[in-house]
Amino acid sequence: MSDNITVALAGNPNVGKSTIFNALTGMKQHTGNWAGKTVDNAVGYYKSQKFCYTFVDIPGTYSLMAHSPEEEIARNFLCFQNPDAVVVVCDATCLERNLNLVLQTMEICKNVIVCVNLIDQAKAKKITVNLEMLQKKLGVAVVGTVGHKKKSILSLIDTLDQNTQNKNYLKIKYPKPLETALDILEPKIKEHTNNNINPRWLSLKLLEEDVTLQKQIESFLGKGFLENEDIKSALKEAKTLLQTNGITKEDLEESIVNTIIKEAESITSSVIEKSPKSHSLDRKLDSIFTSRLLGFPIMLLFLGLIFWITISLANYPSELLSRFFTFLETKLSEGMTYLGAPEWLHNCLILGVFRTLSWVVSVMLPPMAIFFPLFTLLEDSGYLPRIAFNLDKPFKSCNACGKQALTMCMGFGCNAVGVTGCRIIDSKRERLLAILTNNLVPCNGRFPTIIAIITMFLCFGNHQSLLSALMLLAVIVLGVIATFILTKFLSVTVLKGTPSSYTLELPPYRKPQITKVIVRSIFDRTLFVLGRAVSVAAPAGLFIWLMANIFVNDASLLTHCASFLDPFGKLLGLDGVILLAFILGLPANEIVMPIIIMAYLNNGFLTESSSLFAMRELFVANGWTINTAISVILFSLFHWPCATSILTIKKETGSIKWTAVAVLLPTVLSILVCMVFNFVIKLF
Amino acid sequence: MNLFELKIGQKCLIDKVYENRNIKRRLLDIGLIENTTVECVGVSPLGDPKAFLIRDAVIALRCADCSNILIKDLVV
Repeated sequence: MSDNITVALAGNPNVGKSTIFNALTGMKQHTGNWAGKTVDNAVGYYKSQKFCYTFVDIPGTYSLMAHSPEEEIARNFLCFQNPDAVVVVCDATCLERNLNLVLQTMEICKNVIVCVNLIDQAKAKKITVNLEMLQKKLGVAVVGTVGHKKKSILSLIDTLDQNTQNKNYLKIKYPKPLETALDILEPKIKEHTNNNINPRWLSLKLLEEDVTLQKQIESFLGKGFLENEDIKSALKEAKTLLQTNGITKEDLEESIVNTIIKEAESITSSVIEKSPKSHSLDRKLDSIFTSRLLGFPIMLLFLGLIFWITISLANYPSELLSRFFTFLETKLSEGMTYLGAPEWLHNCLILGVFRTLSWVVSVMLPPMAIFFPLFTLLEDSGYLPRIAFNLDKPFKSCNACGKQALTMCMGFGCNAVGVTGCRIIDSKRERLLAILTNNLVPCNGRFPTIIAIITMFLCFGNHQSLLSALMLLAVIVLGVIATFILTKFLSVTVLKGTPSSYTLELPPYRKPQITKVIVRSIFDRTLFVLGRAVSVAAPAGLFIWLMANIFVNDASLLTHCASFLDPFGKLLGLDGVILLAFILGLPANEIVMPIIIMAYLNNGFLTESSSLFAMRELFVANGWTINTAISVILFSLFHWPCATSILTIKKETGSIKWTAVAVLLPTVLSILVCMVFNFVIKLF
Repeated sequence: MNLFELKIGQKCLIDKVYENRNIKRRLLDIGLIENTTVECVGVSPLGDPKAFLIRDAVIALRCADCSNILIKDLVV
């Protein structure tokens, strides 16, 4: 029976912490080259020959001063959960700032291991880290790693297995008056805490009067701890001493941080060797990607390119899949007839469940399987923060935060993910702006639908896929423009305020690990999203088939509902069926199209293949025109968030009021936009 | 002079950081304190924010926030 060891994984944001965590535990935390991907503590396990490890991936932070919720989570874990060891993951290409966190962690925890990650990238930039010297200076174990490499992981585990107790632990020396004050307080604290919390660190925090800590201390050390006369009088004495030396509370915090920063600076200067051209490639790329002339065109180009590749490559596998499903349908149908299944069961399963499923898979899977890896490549390379950099000014003029651009990018994958991602925005008001408008970026559930409609109704001829991509790009740009307008509108009405201060890190560019990206994005994202869509599509298919086949007064329930909604749908340039499909598509946008198709099919048109041409015929037969197509695209772009997004918004805002706003706002917007479009169109 | 007046390629030392709208704390987190060397390495296409090299990391700061960061001694 081996011992259980809990190891916390700490580190600055975007240093490859999640990559190491995944490699260690075989888990699939999503990684990306920007600050703030990990927002909760994730837990994973690893069994070495000596120990059973429990790894806890705590949020990436720059410091443990508890200025933000993530920092508080990280600090509280390190301080009060008493992990057996803490691995602080550092970026070898900018070690100095990472050491800041190392030193702060060392102040709290006894068993720290420094993992200098991204050694390969440092080497490529001609930066060398003297690991032995670093180990000597810090007095803790230091391991150099290359995130995803097996060898790195093993050497990290090896170091953990050795479980050395550090003797020459670096102790930070503060300016004289502070040290004297600590000398007064520290022994008293030590006396009353039974060694389960670092007395020096706690003394510092008490002198700083850190309010975020008060509750934690009370629950951890007992309510009476801060009331203890012994401690109270020592604290008072220490504070008086600081006051007589003219040190205020603010000075104190600054002085503590300054001391740590300077210590990090002096350690770095003795362990790092770099050439003056170390970061020159990054600067060169930045001068292109953020250039005044090319910055914006390149952004559009990348996005357009991704769409173009997606659309032109997706056609073929889509066709293939749909042929396969048609074949399968015939076989299944024959099989069921052979087994003597009653006709209602046959229709219900084949025409209801199977058809819906096969649509979702054949139309959704190929674009997703192409789009996700491409987008992940862009994400991994470090380009996305540059978008936030380029777009900051427009966001600022909407009184919002430039990081909203990043959350919008996440929205392309899934709006629920985008909404969660809004946590990277510190100001509460700006975060709400980003959450409420995230839905205006079409997610992966929606844009295959939009692509399908564009290809069916708006693009013909030789350059179809290029044209489709451009049109999709136009739709996205429309969504982005709407985001700005809505953000501005909100910021001058219900969410008034001035933009808060803003620091955005532009991480070094990294060469994406292409095979890994492809495998990860297909297995983790594509199949995940598809799985969710399929699990909604099957019951939805059944439900809609039942609605289409239960007759009341000579017409099916579906027809009743559709004709009830029809007048309103017509106002929007849609029809009752489309509107009903959007309403029933609330659980997942992916099923909107299959519902429309099934409802139309039920009316007696077209019975076989689900290819786009056959589909177009079906839609035209049901009264679709180009205007209908455009209206559907507009409605799809602007309408209410899906159920998953709504739940996520509720969770993130913690408020029913804002959740209601997040649903009502796009609903009203979509209705207005479609009505105006159809009104204007009728004028011509 | 404040930090935003720095042009691309210019380096300077930080003179003083005034507390304003809580940015000081964030600047402390990234290691921007008195006497830190800072280099301007980029400007957003629309002129604001600018990107600065601070302790080997590139951080974008807005004009409004930079007005609280005074600089001295251009470093060649």
